[in-house]
Amino acid sequence: MASNKIILKTEGLTKHYGGVHALEDANFELRDGEHIAVVGDNGAGKSTFVRQITGVEQRTRGKVWFDGEEVNFNGPIEAREAGIETVFQNLALADDLDVPSNLFLGREKILVNLGPFSILDRRGMLEATEAGLKRTAVKIPNLSSTIRHMSGGQRQCVAIARSATFASKLIIMDEPTAALGVQETAQVENIIRSLKAQGVPLILVSHNLRQVFDLVDRIVVFRRGRIAANLNASEVDGNDVVAYITGVKGAEDESMAVA
Amino acid sequence: MAEATTKTSIATQMPPKAQKRHRPAELNALVGLVGIALVFEILGWIFQGQSFLVNTQRLSIMVLQVSVIGIIAVGVTQVIITGGIDLSSGSVVGATAMIAMSFAQVSTYPRAVFIEQGWVDLPVIVPIIVGLACGLLAGLINGLLIAYTKIPPFIATLGMMVTARGIAKWYTKGQPVSFPTEDFAAIGQGMMPVVIFLVIAVLFYLILKYTVYGKHTYAIGSNQDAARMSGINVERHLVLVYSIAGVLAGLAGMVVAARGLTAQSGMGLMYELDAIAMAVIGGVSLSGGRGSIIGTAIGMLIFGVIISGFTFLRLDAYYQEMIKGAIIVTAVVVDVWRQKRRALEA
Repeated sequence: MASNKIILKTEGLTKHYGGVHALEDANFELRDGEHIAVVGDNGAGKSTFVRQITGVEQRTRGKVWFDGEEVNFNGPIEAREAGIETVFQNLALADDLDVPSNLFLGREKILVNLGPFSILDRRGMLEATEAGLKRTAVKIPNLSSTIRHMSGGQRQCVAIARSATFASKLIIMDEPTAALGVQETAQVENIIRSLKAQGVPLILVSHNLRQVFDLVDRIVVFRRGRIAANLNASEVDGNDVVAYITGVKGAEDESMAVA
Repeated sequence: MAEATTKTSIATQMPPKAQKRHRPAELNALVGLVGIALVFEILGWIFQGQSFLVNTQRLSIMVLQVSVIGIIAVGVTQVIITGGIDLSSGSVVGATAMIAMSFAQVSTYPRAVFIEQGWVDLPVIVPIIVGLACGLLAGLINGLLIAYTKIPPFIATLGMMVTARGIAKWYTKGQPVSFPTEDFAAIGQGMMPVVIFLVIAVLFYLILKYTVYGKHTYAIGSNQDAARMSGINVERHLVLVYSIAGVLAGLAGMVVAARGLTAQSGMGLMYELDAIAMAVIGGVSLSGGRGSIIGTAIGMLIFGVIISGFTFLRLDAYYQEMIKGAIIVTAVVVDVWRQKRRALEA
């Protein structure tokens, strides 16, 4: 299913916060249709890695290629325009708006263009929202109720549906189920499976190894700001991954590199 | 709603209680309006032996009294929806009244401000453009300060409040500006202020509801970071919102001056607070993201009914202010309660 086309590639991606080397020399590749999990302990550099790709922060050095071109996003909006949708850990939703308004926030469908006073295509947005939610198998009882009135799981589903509705090229999810209950987590995982079926590539940052093995093709382990391992999910088990996360495995390479 | 809930397989729906909370704040305000009006109606029959509501003249005066502040409140509502506040509108009314009026004087009045320059008997469009430009400038400065220096809206507009009042006094060294042309005076005569209010209110009701501007206004007040991450140019939008509020304050200034046939530097004193109170009473949340022009219009009518009712019952004007103050505090308390309940929910 995964074609050979490389969607995202980083080379020597590095981020220092002053003296803190949060990310060091990350070489990463993602192919079309591939789902990759990024795992690692707290502070291992997972979120830092995501923030460099999506332009939320500016990298210290290194190169990023996206969809065949070298890119240098000045902000998350540029990344989004290029086709990278991110579901952030802290949900970027407007609580007082309804579902279609949130899905289309900042890229509203327009009936008549009058600059800032352009008239909204409310029906078009509602229909596109219904279609988008159907495609991602998200169930929300009442689209016109505000996000404030929804449960954590429904909110997360809206956030993910927003990404899924627009992203044609790549979706990044940073701990999408961290704050969810069992059933809500199952719903989010179903959305991820449906994205897989549609061939939309995904980077999943997660702490949940059960989830990771269930969902992805490859597992990239971060440790102390470096990529410690790049594993094929079908060839390893949880113990291997934990060994890389904790540094039991892969440590010898580190010491060799130092020596 | 109940069927929709059972249809979904995943049991993550809101508890049934949550349904009750959907009652919009506008409805509460409407109930309040009807209640207050009925109280005055009953008191009217008891103490005055006549109806309070069935009196066309009383009702039209009532609406007329509050419609000028209503024009300001339409702008203030939008500012509050973004999570901001505008304390400068009353002073902008004063400054605009003075400056616009000085370009609207007749040539037969020898002490006209610009008589030496020959700027008298000008077509009415000149003072109108000058007046709107004054309001725009004040709003633009407010917006730029708030959006780009990140100082709190309270401080930025407080500064404008003091400065604009200063300009109003300095402009003619405290002298009133009188004798406008007939065309300019017409802006404030008869029911014109009400007509202007209605046009403005309907226009911005539609804009808030059906345009990108409205959607972004609510989004910024609801979650500014989310709005920014979604690609909304938050700074530019805030400048626009405060500019509109300024223009509407300028418009109100001209209506007040035209209505009184004179402009005085003290005009519009405390209008900003009345306008904010109208919005808050009408359910516009001071924390941003919620509210509507309809709510503000209802809040305006509540004000009108109270003022008119007190006059009707021949109660002292001092009581009006005391009651007004109590109502404002009550409205804010209700708003805070609602927020607390929402916070608990989330």
